[in-house]
Amino acid sequence: MRAFRYARATDPGAAAALVTSQPDAVYLGGGTNLVDLMKLGVLRPGLVVDVSRLPYDRIEHLPDGGVLIGGAARNRRVAHDEGIRRRYPALARALLSGASGQIRSQATVAGNLLQRTRCPYFQNTATPCNKRDPGSGCSAIPGAHRDLGVIGTSEHCVATHPSDLAVALAAYDAVVEVRRPDGAEVLVPIGDLHRLPGDTPWIETVLEPGDLVTGVQLPPPPDGAVATYRKVRDRWSFAFATVSVAAVLSTDQVRLALGGVAPKPWRLTATERMLAGTDPSDDDVRAATRAAFTDARPLPENAFKIELAADLVAAVLRDLRTAGAVR
Amino acid sequence: MTDQLRGDVVLRVNGEDRVVNLDNRSTLLDALREHLRLTGTKKGCDHGQCGACTVLVDGERANSCLLLAVAAEGREVTTVEGLADEDELHPLQRAFIAHDGFQCGYCTPGQLCSAIGMLAEVADGMPSWISADLTATPDLDDDEIRERMSGNLCRCGAYAGIVAAIREVADG
Ligand SMILES: Cc1cc2nc3c(=O)[nH]c(=O)nc-3n(C[C@H](O)[C@H](O)[C@H](O)COP(=O)(O)OP(=O)(O)OC[C@H]3O[C@@H](n4cnc5c(N)ncnc54)[C@H](O)[C@@H]3O)c2cc1C
Ligand code: FES
Ligand code: FES
Repeated sequence: MRAFRYARATDPGAAAALVTSQPDAVYLGGGTNLVDLMKLGVLRPGLVVDVSRLPYDRIEHLPDGGVLIGGAARNRRVAHDEGIRRRYPALARALLSGASGQIRSQATVAGNLLQRTRCPYFQNTATPCNKRDPGSGCSAIPGAHRDLGVIGTSEHCVATHPSDLAVALAAYDAVVEVRRPDGAEVLVPIGDLHRLPGDTPWIETVLEPGDLVTGVQLPPPPDGAVATYRKVRDRWSFAFATVSVAAVLSTDQVRLALGGVAPKPWRLTATERMLAGTDPSDDDVRAATRAAFTDARPLPENAFKIELAADLVAAVLRDLRTAGAVR
Repeated sequence: MTDQLRGDVVLRVNGEDRVVNLDNRSTLLDALREHLRLTGTKKGCDHGQCGACTVLVDGERANSCLLLAVAAEGREVTTVEGLADEDELHPLQRAFIAHDGFQCGYCTPGQLCSAIGMLAEVADGMPSWISADLTATPDLDDDEIRERMSGNLCRCGAYAGIVAAIREVADG
């Protein structure tokens, strides 16, 4: 690991000033991704600015039914919050499905959203990777891509974004609060936070240097909505998603977001439009899900994810309906 | 703000403040083992994947291999050495012995700290991924124990005894 200076930020302005003072400075949340990647030599910061103790750990339920969650709030606390469990069950479940009890206790909301891909070539400095080493090539396309993306990918990168939290936030139409280094606050819809790789896979988000994620805002869930998060993976616990879905269902709306298939949480807008207000059969749901993959670029080892997604969405919507809360 | 690559860090471990001069790169795990000679906490994978390094930080479970020691300053760290009350083992330690909750013992300190953090979560009403009802009082059956402890691997496969030991303490 490269040697680095460490600073514990006491206010966001000072944190931003520090992190913009040198190009190789980074923010530190819980460290569960950053420290891991520093050990692997994938990230080599010269200055680490610890923002985990800034006063952004609120979980505030609003009179209109929405909620504000601070960027420094730990994943475990968010999943445990009673209002979140009652009103945003897909969010609580997504968090509970992620990582382990140890990691959830330390991981922050901001760090979770900004964690890096688990692509094995990104994590291995001995192999080419356009994300880590621009222009070196993508090892995954001709290599081990079974766990990687099928849609939104490019000929330069097929990495997925691994966050379960982000998928649930997408289904709840969350907005990310960002504090610019000049103090301005900007709001970024969760679906716009991560960028598709195109021919610049090393640019992963719309954030600029020094931008600090201070929280996420969730509007109230649709009236009478039921919601859940389901995750298919290679073992029943402590594994990243092969394919996951966050589903929010009310009488007139269906909202669906997938994990494990794309470089960002993938909203199935075409599917949602086809299904809204209908009482579809499982086969209708499968067909509507497949319709969202017309622009997919599946690879030999991961094309199965499209059928898996179709089955998963059908199963989850069926279960949400029979749970009785949606009529 | 420090311009240094290393410095004095005050770590509060098992109720005592300990000053250690550390390279900023030191993880809490390495600080505990190499500087404070608290070698109960074990290094397995060093990447958050096995749980051998689990300690309690402010009462919550953490992989000490992913926590920078400087970032743990001012937080209350409890290691396996801090679980017993003088010569009196913690009830969970006794239960691990009674139920053969280990073979080689390498994962055990992490299992113990993790289970203590987990039981506190349950006492606090925290659901798990497999809880059918997210808002009900958790019913800690064996599958719930397995799910909640999935961050702790046991290479010897002593899981049956581990679950039984935790079950005994949970049932009081
Ligand atoms: C073994 C293992 C299994 C895992 N399994 C899962 C899983 O199943 N599902 C899942 O979703 N995740 C999983 N994770 C990933 C885990 O959720 C993330 O590591 C964690 O959420 C990151 O949060 P953090 O606070 O520790 O971030 P850090 O590691 O501190 O930071 C991550 C990134 O965010 C940046 N950052 C942090 N805070 C801010 C801020 N306020 N503003 C701007 N930038 C910031 C950092 O600079 C860094 O680039 C797993 C991790 C491990 C090690
Ligand atoms: S050594 Fe920390 S989790 Fe394996
Ligand atoms: S007892 Fe040997 S690893 Fe668990």
